[in-house]
Amino acid sequence: MVDITITVNGAEHSLSVPDNTLLSDLLRDTLQLTGTHIGCDTSQCGSCTVELNGRAVKSCTLLAAQANDSSVTTIEGIGTPDDLHPMQAAFRENHALQCGFCTPGMIMTAISMINEASETLTADEIRAGLEGNYCRCTGYQNIVNAVLAAQTQLRSA
Amino acid sequence: MYSFNYHYVRSTEEASTLFSSCESAAYLSGGMTLIPTLKQRLDYPTDVIDLRGIDALEGIDNENGFVRVGSRTCHAGVANNAPINALAELAGGIGDFQVRNCGTIGGSIANNDPAADYPAALLGLGATVHTNDRTISADDFFVDLFETSLELGEIVTAVSFPTPQRAAYMKFPNPASRYAIVGVFVAELQSGVRVAVTGAGSCAFRATAFEEALQSDFQPDAIAGIAVDHSAFNSDIHASQEFRGHLVTEMAKRAVAKIS
Repeated sequence: MVDITITVNGAEHSLSVPDNTLLSDLLRDTLQLTGTHIGCDTSQCGSCTVELNGRAVKSCTLLAAQANDSSVTTIEGIGTPDDLHPMQAAFRENHALQCGFCTPGMIMTAISMINEASETLTADEIRAGLEGNYCRCTGYQNIVNAVLAAQTQLRSA
Repeated sequence: MYSFNYHYVRSTEEASTLFSSCESAAYLSGGMTLIPTLKQRLDYPTDVIDLRGIDALEGIDNENGFVRVGSRTCHAGVANNAPINALAELAGGIGDFQVRNCGTIGGSIANNDPAADYPAALLGLGATVHTNDRTISADDFFVDLFETSLELGEIVTAVSFPTPQRAAYMKFPNPASRYAIVGVFVAELQSGVRVAVTGAGSCAFRATAFEEALQSDFQPDAIAGIAVDHSAFNSDIHASQEFRGHLVTEMAKRAVAKIS
């Protein structure tokens, strides 16, 4: 077992977990934060994307122990049903989800991408930034539209 | 994945001492290859030694005209901060946004995947690999498929790149994985022109016939007619040997065109 201290969505947790525990499993199984989805479990699909110390990572390809002494933000940490994050609101407005399985990862990646960019991202740059996130429903057009719309709002805020 | 013992270390000395005391250890840098490998049970070390806590392995510095990149520097760090444009662009094309936030240059070159991008940059620029024990020239570092000249337990600490007069990297990426089906790095340095190819063979290699032709005439046309022997190239569902041979010339021409 390995002892870790991790701050998730602002709350600090001290836990002892098996050494080979993945961050995605820690979030879902131990902390019951099931908004982080596991789509492929092979680092391809991006459904498990969370922010680790402010940077988007695939939580299925990270040991929980690698997140020791770190801060993690999941989809549960950015908004509430009554007070959506602007990115969540833009996804709803733009019909950027159908089944919704990829949506938590899409949103976490999109927020991180915009936060990191020094300049306004073009649609092509948004597409490139979302290369590590797969959606099998929407065809991506409305996801890109949603990120563009949220970007406008986030940059004017 | 099978169970293993996880270790957190603070120095390369601590890491290598621990490595030699374990039955079968693996170093963990960014984990973008190691963790999927463990999940698929393609490797089953008894102990995983995380190098994350060794601060000396991080960062990019200018050192006597060389750009020194710490082995734990992630691809996004190189893409955003490397003062050699071709190197920064290469790093920005590895994997995807999230993978670039984790995967590291040291992990990539120690793994020596035949389709990885960094080996082309190291060979193309004539870089030097620093380990906890010695320095190794890039020409001697990449040996064969997933094989390097690193000794068991040796740790890559940094890579030093000479600053080229001009350089470019062009790759034909696998549309799903973004690994190079073929990638070619072309550089003009004080020591001459170097051309390195990744993705085509069992590991990255230099295209010396291209180098000689470009040394006298740095134009795409100078290499257009040089036949590439593809008989030992990789062949898979993505590309035949013949197609990879064609791509070597094509990517080299495009790289030269970009900077000539």
